Amino acid sequence: MSDLTRLTAAELSAGLTAGDFTSVDATQAHLDRIAAVDGDVHAYLHVNAAALAEAEAVDARRTAGEQLPELAGVPVAIKDVLCTIGMPSTAGSKMLEGWVPPYDATVVERMKAAGLIALGKTNMDEFAMGSSTEHSAFGPTRNPWNLERIPGGSGGGSAAAVAAFEAPFALGSDTGGSIRQPAAVTGSVGVKPTYGGVSRYGAIALASSLDQVGPVSRTVLDSALLHDVIGGHDPKDSTSLKDTWPSFAEAARAGKRDGSLKGLRVGVVKQIANGEGFQAGVTQRFSESLELLADAGAEIVEVSAPNFEYAVAAYYLILPAEASSNLAKFDSVRFGLRVAPEGGGTVEQVMAATREAGLGDEVKRRIILGTYALSAGYYDAYYGSAQKVRTLIQQDFSNAFEQADVLVSPAAPTTAFKLGEKLDDPLAMYLNDITTIPANLAGVPGIGLPMGLAPEDGLPVGIQFMAPAREDARLYTVGAALEQLLEDRWGGPLLSQAPDLAASSMLAVSDGAI
Amino acid sequence: MSEFSTEQVRHLAGLARIALTEDELGRLAGELGAIVDNVAIVQQAAGPDVVATSHPIPLVNVYRDDVPTETLTAEQAVAGAPEHDGSRFKVSAILGEEQ
Repeated sequence: MSDLTRLTAAELSAGLTAGDFTSVDATQAHLDRIAAVDGDVHAYLHVNAAALAEAEAVDARRTAGEQLPELAGVPVAIKDVLCTIGMPSTAGSKMLEGWVPPYDATVVERMKAAGLIALGKTNMDEFAMGSSTEHSAFGPTRNPWNLERIPGGSGGGSAAAVAAFEAPFALGSDTGGSIRQPAAVTGSVGVKPTYGGVSRYGAIALASSLDQVGPVSRTVLDSALLHDVIGGHDPKDSTSLKDTWPSFAEAARAGKRDGSLKGLRVGVVKQIANGEGFQAGVTQRFSESLELLADAGAEIVEVSAPNFEYAVAAYYLILPAEASSNLAKFDSVRFGLRVAPEGGGTVEQVMAATREAGLGDEVKRRIILGTYALSAGYYDAYYGSAQKVRTLIQQDFSNAFEQADVLVSPAAPTTAFKLGEKLDDPLAMYLNDITTIPANLAGVPGIGLPMGLAPEDGLPVGIQFMAPAREDARLYTVGAALEQLLEDRWGGPLLSQAPDLAASSMLAVSDGAI
Repeated sequence: MSEFSTEQVRHLAGLARIALTEDELGRLAGELGAIVDNVAIVQQAAGPDVVATSHPIPLVNVYRDDVPTETLTAEQAVAGAPEHDGSRFKVSAILGEEQ
């Protein structure tokens, strides 16, 4: 049998349906791959001990002739921000180490109903605060393209898992780019849906008005297939939209048909297309991608979004403000850690000692910043002003979408930087999300996909498309179209050019490095 | 240049219920100053006529019918708590000795 970990989710689904292999085969192949390479990559915080049993159950149903959902038996990884019955859900924090939730997130429930097999929980920056996964309390994830480099964040674990063939696809969450920026630096695909398009119930909240759960994968079609499973209205999330959504898989398939880009107006956002601090290889591959789109019949127009320059500043007020409130639930009483000060103390002293011991530096920094921004006397100047910036950014998007059907920019300003390089400089770290933050502030959907390797360092660079709210389908169509054009040029998927991790792991073992 | 004193950070940490160490207070005072300097540009972006947006997609209040649905059992609800007696959370003392 060929290596099943190299297949896409769509191919796994087809093979399972045709009876070429079983879900146990597919699941075992991924568990073996995890055992072989995850010592180096550290994409997973927890591997599901019940995965093979769940796979067997799906195989039994198939053998019995039951009509199963399209993705039944296909394995999937789950970002640790999502609550899962039977598996710890820590959000990358010591505060929740070992905590097993008594309920499933809605997206997990839907994934299970679709017969998907959970491989485990993926690493992330603590409570999704970060752009490198270095803020995980359980150690960083490493980039499969270069183990000395960051995999992006906060969802570095999910991106690295798919890029290292430790899962065909994964669930992620995106508050300011946590799906799209890791996709960019690992050569994978990720989608932040329209705000409210996917349920947040059971996603451990960072900033409730910005958070959105979405798919992570190696191909645009696989993200679309997973989005079709997890999306749609959920009465348990009061911000969930009641819209009826089209099939995103069909939208992706439509993108691969001839002429799918003909007449599509693609707006290049001046302010985030090639600003200061954009790496040369990012700018180069971006221009080449625009040429490919134009050659395929798309109309490239330049659009201006003057208020995007305030986006990062507004984000780093709104996010800490909402996080300081959301994370107040970690009070040492209902779940997670409790640390009593020496000689005991009142509940307030126990709470303060618990949070001192259980939260990492970045989380403390943002909670204190948020507490400040919400303080009497500063509220209007900071939080109030930031909310006005949101209005201006939404207006920028509305104006831009009058001239363009989709907007485009690089998905991240640089390739993956070295582990530790920006850890002591929070401001430099915050600027990694300059291209992705506007979409979260406005609630519009965005997709990140690979657009090549930067010639200067051989590392992946990503492109981002954004669409008007509720028009996620456009992203899958244009994303799949560009993916096809690029793969024709590369002679196959970009990730087939990634270094062979199994070989490097074995080398490390023989060198005694582990 | 925004300046934060260690005392100010101590006050904020108290409000946020985090028992920061002296080292952390000192470091955060410097970092917060730099961050606030950078985010303060939001004040230049909008005039008084711009309305604030708190939610990306406008929604009215969401209600559901007032009927019982499935809920967690008491045992499930306390299962992940650091201290419980099987059906109730155990809480540290609410009042200190001086109260």
